[in-house]
Amino acid sequence: MDLNILWFILLGILFTGYAILDGFDLGVGILHLFAREEHQRRLYLNAIGPVWDGNEVWLLTGGGALFAAFPVVYATVFSGFYLAFMVLLVALIFRAVAMEFRGKVNSPDWRRAWDWAFGLGSLVPALLLGVAYGNILQGVPLERGAVYTGNFLGLLKPYPILTGVLAVTLFTMHGAIYLTLKSEGSLRQKLVRSASRLWMVVLSVYFIVTVATFFAAPFLFQGLGQNILFWLLLLMEIAATMTVSLSLAGAKYGRAFVGSSVMIACMVGISAISLFPRLVPSSIDLEYSLTVYNASSSEATLTSMAIIALIGMPLVIGYTIFIYRAFKGKVVITPDSY
Amino acid sequence: MDAVFLARVQFAFTVGFHFLFPPITIGLAWLLVIVETLGWRRNDETYVRMGRFFGKLLGLTFAVGVATGIVMEFQFGTNWAEYSKFVGDIFGAPLAAEGVLAFFLESGFLGLYLFGRGRVSKPVHWFSSLMVALGATLSAFWIIVANSWQQTPAGFAIRNGRAELTDFWEAVFNPSTVVRYFHTVDAALITGAFFMAGISAYLILKGKDVALAKRSLNIAVIFGLIVSVLEVLPSGHEHARQVARTQPEKFAAIEGLYTTQSGAPIVMFAVPTEKPPTLHAPIEIPGLLSWLAFGDVNAPIKGLNEFPSDETPPLWLTFVSFHNMVLLGIYFICIMAFSAYRLYRKTLWESTKLLKLLIWSIPLPLIACQLGWIAAEVGRQPWIVYRLLKTTDAVSTTVTTQEILFSLILFGVIYVLLGVLYVYLLVKKVQHGPEVQPAQEGVA
Repeated sequence: MDLNILWFILLGILFTGYAILDGFDLGVGILHLFAREEHQRRLYLNAIGPVWDGNEVWLLTGGGALFAAFPVVYATVFSGFYLAFMVLLVALIFRAVAMEFRGKVNSPDWRRAWDWAFGLGSLVPALLLGVAYGNILQGVPLERGAVYTGNFLGLLKPYPILTGVLAVTLFTMHGAIYLTLKSEGSLRQKLVRSASRLWMVVLSVYFIVTVATFFAAPFLFQGLGQNILFWLLLLMEIAATMTVSLSLAGAKYGRAFVGSSVMIACMVGISAISLFPRLVPSSIDLEYSLTVYNASSSEATLTSMAIIALIGMPLVIGYTIFIYRAFKGKVVITPDSY
Repeated sequence: MDAVFLARVQFAFTVGFHFLFPPITIGLAWLLVIVETLGWRRNDETYVRMGRFFGKLLGLTFAVGVATGIVMEFQFGTNWAEYSKFVGDIFGAPLAAEGVLAFFLESGFLGLYLFGRGRVSKPVHWFSSLMVALGATLSAFWIIVANSWQQTPAGFAIRNGRAELTDFWEAVFNPSTVVRYFHTVDAALITGAFFMAGISAYLILKGKDVALAKRSLNIAVIFGLIVSVLEVLPSGHEHARQVARTQPEKFAAIEGLYTTQSGAPIVMFAVPTEKPPTLHAPIEIPGLLSWLAFGDVNAPIKGLNEFPSDETPPLWLTFVSFHNMVLLGIYFICIMAFSAYRLYRKTLWESTKLLKLLIWSIPLPLIACQLGWIAAEVGRQPWIVYRLLKTTDAVSTTVTTQEILFSLILFGVIYVLLGVLYVYLLVKKVQHGPEVQPAQEGVA
């Protein structure tokens, strides 16, 4: 295996980690839009309070790693999707400060304003990241030499919008399942019902997206059937999807959360395998696509970064697990809470 | 207005605003390590409440810092795509390393520090405060590495139309990294010290929790005096010596040395104008610049006239920001030394004037940070990477002027709002003062 492939995998791990971890707290934010009572809203906030920051670092690190390993992709995609990225950044800014600001002034209007900021600040990133990924899967207008020729409205095609909807529903389900671990009583039962219904929605949307992919980006299926890894991930995906449903019905919420995490990982994994070795297909001519070879950094950089990642990431995962364990169990509102 | 100008304004504005928060976070985080150590080892409730109070201020500051920091991580790609392509092989690595080796640590343990009191054992909670401070300080390291490489690039070769890495450690420890790192981190420590000192002074003046505030003021003043002195000597001095050797144009611009001379003077005060480069009404100490920079009063130093005029930085801004930064640095030593003297005489808490001065001094280290940053970045112009790539050749070619104008206005409005809300909430929290009752831990 060469370094370029290793970095494709490492980036896949970073973005999967982001989707699983920030996925549930974006989902909690979206559900927060529908929470009616103050107690429920505070519970939602404090369910992610101690961990959301660390979760978002996965996105920052993913961005940094993309810059380091595949600078041409970083430069081309981020400048190409300029306005979409600006909206994403604004949403993430509001989301971050909303959690911190909300409880600091004792006024219903103040809280309501920051509730909206938090909810929309969660919905918009979920949607935009889904739309952005859909655009990449389908291919973007790239001329020879990584010259991007698209515009903002060009990003809003039917297929990316579908993947955006998939991201929103998937994260919301994931967030609802996370909240079942953090709540009790009738609220918990309500969340279980929401999660089960969302499971149906996710399944339908995923099916539609898969069918749509045949039409929108047929090249993604080339050679996929011969790839053993694809079949493995597909089997895991099916097993995880079933696990989520059965565990929710059987009140095994921890298992359901593992299930939805694996579901997300497999979805990212399958799409990544079908993209490989491309990183950004060109919709003008597949020959102009950015790949792990023509968009990468030099061998020296990939090597040094791989060493940093292989030393650093196990440590990160280790203390992240430690921190999650410290906050295991139901939400307890203390004077330190949001 | 052209796209390059707007992109530069947007970058300066967003990074300048962001850079108001990390210095407070880094400085306060280390002060909190001291506070938490005292609280844990002495088992003293006052220090625990102190940690809780300043911890909340840390949390507020951190949130705005993170929110505005996300923008920076992506802005190189969105607005400086040509730069990103040219330097990505080197510049991306420290940004990624910052995430993996530092920011995960800081963010993860900050959650544990702020919300974990009572949930984890006291040593683990203390450890979390240490990891927050360590993470913040390591974060600063990798960011300074990236920026220093722009100032004094090393460990690379130009291949395939871009700068490619040849030696990782040479790029990381390029000629300016270490001195700039200590100078920046120490500036953050000063910022934290003034933040804690000013807020403590306010509490004492208002008669709120005076016993706690006196102790936090003591810590901040002693800490503040040490770091303020270190910032000038050796840190500032070494930094200037490095600039004199590695970026002579910048050195000439910030010091106001427009013609080459031996026995170059230190310009204490002057009003510079651009064309032709002239200093008006200068007050100088002959020979001192040569002596400070090269250890010999007669050492010749290159003036701006030695360099092509299209390769020298703007004169007024670099000179004025650098000199005011130095002025503030000297002020920090004076006020902290005087406060420490009053502390030694046990009369610090009685002087209303001095306490008020400490309150009004809270923003001054932040201003000094901004001025230092302006001197460093504007002093590098017209280069985005010193003598390798010009700023004008670095912007994204696919982003239109209108798009940048739109995002600039968007960030302008939002950041002003954030700034106002931050100050409002900070003042509100400080006015409320520390919680009096030791809070019940871990109970709903």
